[in-house]
Amino acid sequence: MTSDKDPKEARIAEFIDQNLKSVFSELESDDMPSQIVDLLSVLRAQDKQGKETK
Amino acid sequence: MSDLDPKDELITHLPALRAFALSLTRNRATADDMMQDTVLKAWTNMEKFQPGTNMRAWLFTILRNNFYTSRRKLNREVADVDNVFSESLSVKPDHDGRLQMHDFKRAFDQLPDEHREALILVGANGFSYEDAGKMCGVATGTIKSRVNRARNKLAEMLKLNDDEALELTDSATMAVVGNRGIPS
Repeated sequence: MTSDKDPKEARIAEFIDQNLKSVFSELESDDMPSQIVDLLSVLRAQDKQGKETK
Repeated sequence: MSDLDPKDELITHLPALRAFALSLTRNRATADDMMQDTVLKAWTNMEKFQPGTNMRAWLFTILRNNFYTSRRKLNREVADVDNVFSESLSVKPDHDGRLQMHDFKRAFDQLPDEHREALILVGANGFSYEDAGKMCGVATGTIKSRVNRARNKLAEMLKLNDDEALELTDSATMAVVGNRGIPS
C-alpha cells in the first residue's frame, strides 16, 4: 500500500498505522454497553417468538 | 465466506463496530446510540445482506451513514465530544511511550471526521482504498487523498518529519505497542 512512497514517507505511514491499530484494538476491548446487550436479548427473543408462532 | 448464521456473525463484529463508532463520534453516549441504531437496522434487514460479502464493511457503512445523517440534521459537527481517544489511555507501561501514545490520540482527535474515518478504515482496519471508497460513497482517489492528508496532518502535529523526533517516537511507541514491525 505504501510501496510507491519514499522510504521516510512509508515509515511515517507505517508508524501512524501501527498506532491506529493499537488505539483501535484498545477501543475494541471495551466492555459491550448494557443497552446493546439488552437490545440483542430483545431481538433474539422476538426471533424465537416469531419462529414459534409460524 | 463465513459458515455462521448472519445474525451470529453480526455479534462477532460488535467490538469493532463499537470501536469504529467511538472513533467517529468521539463520545461514548453518541457512539452507543449510533451502534444501537445500527444493530437494530442490520438485524431487521438481514435479508438485504448479501452472503459472501464483507459483513463488517456492511455494518460500518450503516453506522457511518447514520452518523453523517445525524450530523447533517444537526447542521453542525457533533460538538459534544468527550475526547474518548485521548481519555481512553488505559493501563500501559509507565514510561515515555505513555506520553507519546497520548499525544498520538490527542492529535488524531483533532482530525476532521472524514479524515479520521478514512484513516480508521484503511490504516487500522485494512480495508482497501477501493472498499473504503465504496463504504464512504466517494471515489477511490478521494479516499486516498483523505488518508494522505490525514497522515500528513498527523505527521505535522507530531513532528514526525523531523528525523530525530521519529527515531525517539519510534522507540517510545515500540515500547507501548510491542515489536510489531515498525521498520528501522
